[in-house]
Amino acid sequence: MFDLPTIWAGLLALAIFIYVILDGFDLGIGIIFPFLDSDDDRALAMNSVAPVWDGNETWLVLGGGGLLAAFPLAYAVVMPALYGPFIVMILALVFRGVAFEFRWRDVAHQKIWDRSFNFGSLVATFMQGIVLGAFVQGIEVDGRAYGGGWWDWLTPFTVTCGVALTFGYALLGSTWLLMKTSDGLREKAYVLARRCGAATLVFVGIVSAWTPFLSPEIADRWFTYPHLLVVAPVPVLTALLAALLGWGLVKRRDYIPFPAAIGLFGLCFAGLGVSISPYIVPRAITIHEAAAPDSSLAFMLVGALVLLPLILAYTAYSYWVFRGKVDPEAGYH
Amino acid sequence: MLETFDATLLARAQFAFTISFHIIFPAFSIGLASYLMVLEGLWLRTGNETYLRLFKFWMKIFAVAFGMGVVSGIVMSYQFGTNWSVFSDKAGPVIGPLMAYEVLTAFFLEAGFLGVMLFGMGRVSKRLHFFATVMVAFGTLLSATWILAVNSWMQTPAGYAINEVGQFVPADWLAIIFNPSFPYRLVHMVLAAYLTTAFVVGAVGALHLLRDKTNADARKMFSMAMWMAALVAPLQIFAGDLHGLNTLEHQPIKVAAMEGHWERQAGAPLILFALPDQDAEQNHAEISVPGLSALILTHEWDGVTPGLKDVAKDKRPPVAIVFWSFRIMVAVGMLMLLVGAVSLLLRWRHRLYDTRWFHRAAILTGPAGFVAVLAGWVTTEVGRQPYTVYGLLTTQDSIAPVGAPAVAASLLAFVVVYFALFGAGTYYILRMMNKAPDDDTPMLHAPMRAAGTTPAAAIDPETIPAKQEADRDV
Repeated sequence: MFDLPTIWAGLLALAIFIYVILDGFDLGIGIIFPFLDSDDDRALAMNSVAPVWDGNETWLVLGGGGLLAAFPLAYAVVMPALYGPFIVMILALVFRGVAFEFRWRDVAHQKIWDRSFNFGSLVATFMQGIVLGAFVQGIEVDGRAYGGGWWDWLTPFTVTCGVALTFGYALLGSTWLLMKTSDGLREKAYVLARRCGAATLVFVGIVSAWTPFLSPEIADRWFTYPHLLVVAPVPVLTALLAALLGWGLVKRRDYIPFPAAIGLFGLCFAGLGVSISPYIVPRAITIHEAAAPDSSLAFMLVGALVLLPLILAYTAYSYWVFRGKVDPEAGYH
Repeated sequence: MLETFDATLLARAQFAFTISFHIIFPAFSIGLASYLMVLEGLWLRTGNETYLRLFKFWMKIFAVAFGMGVVSGIVMSYQFGTNWSVFSDKAGPVIGPLMAYEVLTAFFLEAGFLGVMLFGMGRVSKRLHFFATVMVAFGTLLSATWILAVNSWMQTPAGYAINEVGQFVPADWLAIIFNPSFPYRLVHMVLAAYLTTAFVVGAVGALHLLRDKTNADARKMFSMAMWMAALVAPLQIFAGDLHGLNTLEHQPIKVAAMEGHWERQAGAPLILFALPDQDAEQNHAEISVPGLSALILTHEWDGVTPGLKDVAKDKRPPVAIVFWSFRIMVAVGMLMLLVGAVSLLLRWRHRLYDTRWFHRAAILTGPAGFVAVLAGWVTTEVGRQPYTVYGLLTTQDSIAPVGAPAVAASLLAFVVVYFALFGAGTYYILRMMNKAPDDDTPMLHAPMRAAGTTPAAAIDPETIPAKQEADRDV
């Protein structure tokens, strides 16, 4: 049951989930950036993630590198299949990433770098949603390579996933700001969080209802007995967390909505797992078919078991150093 | 749809372009991270405020360079899959875990402690802040170690087996990591990074010395940089020679291309200038020194050295590129050696800080390291052709099933975006370098700056509130 490929699938899933949460909130800040009221607020919002963003983005590198290392066949199939969205996503991340430093170095052109930050975040997020949607919808495989066309990833379903993830990240970003800021910016964040929260829930509903119709195999996972018993708690818990999120936003509890939003992402992620396992390229290649030999997986596992807890520890430490509301006057620039 | 050949050529152009842009930033930030560590360590040890000013000056430049290195590096980690998926499938079980270790040991370490290093002064103790700086520096070196293990394995593969579906699979991890060319390549590259940084720091020091030769910060950084040039340049030439001998043993055809030798021969001449002709299998307009190549490569006047004709025509790398990029690298290396030697002479005569022509020369040689690093990588990477995994997997057989239009479109996008964004970043770095470390006048008006407060230059970040920090460091 818990052989090396399964363990690695679990570890990779964990890495991707951590990425989605961590880079989710800082990409979310970029998405809601133009809706903030003043330049000071925008600077403050950006500074709330400046010390941590590149650590957050490192989980994406682990996701890509880990997939190559543990499941080289899946990497070799998925990357060409999603060529367009991946290239656009990494270019968008370049625009987003350089803005953190550049906007302070060239105030005459700060508006340009703010746009670069905003569009970069928005486009990268939308493309990640497309990737997710295209992945769930299925990838055509021919032998050991991608067998479909160049635009297979562009469908109404994938676009819906892109919009859903955009609202989801905006929710993470705005609820993050509740915890990190005060006064006018926090008020604005409450307004944005309520709107993004509502939109996220609507889109999660649409994507969840749509997914089983993509293939009978997925429908079977969700709607037939005894699977039904196992998966039934997912929608129920989702409803409970949605209620908690709403309560936190209405009652203005700064520290409730962000964890609630993470919980919602967690349940969506679990639901995704139900829909696609045991495949790593849905309905074409299983985890075991794509896995690197045990000698590769074991060699990496030794390192991962030692290093991942260490990484989590010093990442947590870094967050601890920058805990609390952001000081509007702090920075090194 | 065009032929596969065109897609391969475009994908190679794309990889060459993105990796060349990328390597510029790590080559600089590996050295700069270590320099920051030394500066902060010296400040803590001596209390000399010059070191702190230099630390803060270079830290801001480091932040911009590092950021560009991170984002251009993400491109690399996905490009293996988008353009070279067959290579990824086949070599993934061997090189994938090494890259995963790079992420786990190095990238997280750098990124995790970078935030503390950049934003943490005043929030954490001096010791912890120094620890963060050390971890960032250590991370850059670890990163270089793993990625050079990967590259070296592709050059001199070892410790592998081939399974039933044609994948390289690991047989002996120690043999894979410590493959024959790895120790040489690692030393050569780390020294190159240190030299590159030394020449950049030296140029910036020289610039500020030209403006004010009494400037203590400029004198300090110029002196430190010139010590590095004088000590590391000869060391690098020695390391490069060892690396070359290792290449001769494991990739003789690459050395033949570097030397421009078509025939296997005893007592081969050292060719100083030539126009290698791949089709005619000979050199035009050759200028050479008899016997010298044999002496350098075999340490004997009549030693036998390999020739390109030892292998079939389609197994040879593009000779002219390898031949010339190697010469550029060596020439720049010799120039660096000369700068280092002259600095020793001037230092001995107590003229290091007031010899203006030498300061101008130091400014001109500021980018020398980047030229040498790029030329060196072109030599070793083009010299590996036509293989991705040397002797085992050809470049032609590594390409993803991508169409030429898709690769051409993404190549164009990379070129436009990289020149625009990294061009802007380089301009900002140059602008920061242009401002003296002790110049407190705000270069820009940052919006975080509180109105009307311009505190005098306070030095110890632990004794002043964070607010003043922000103001002073604008």
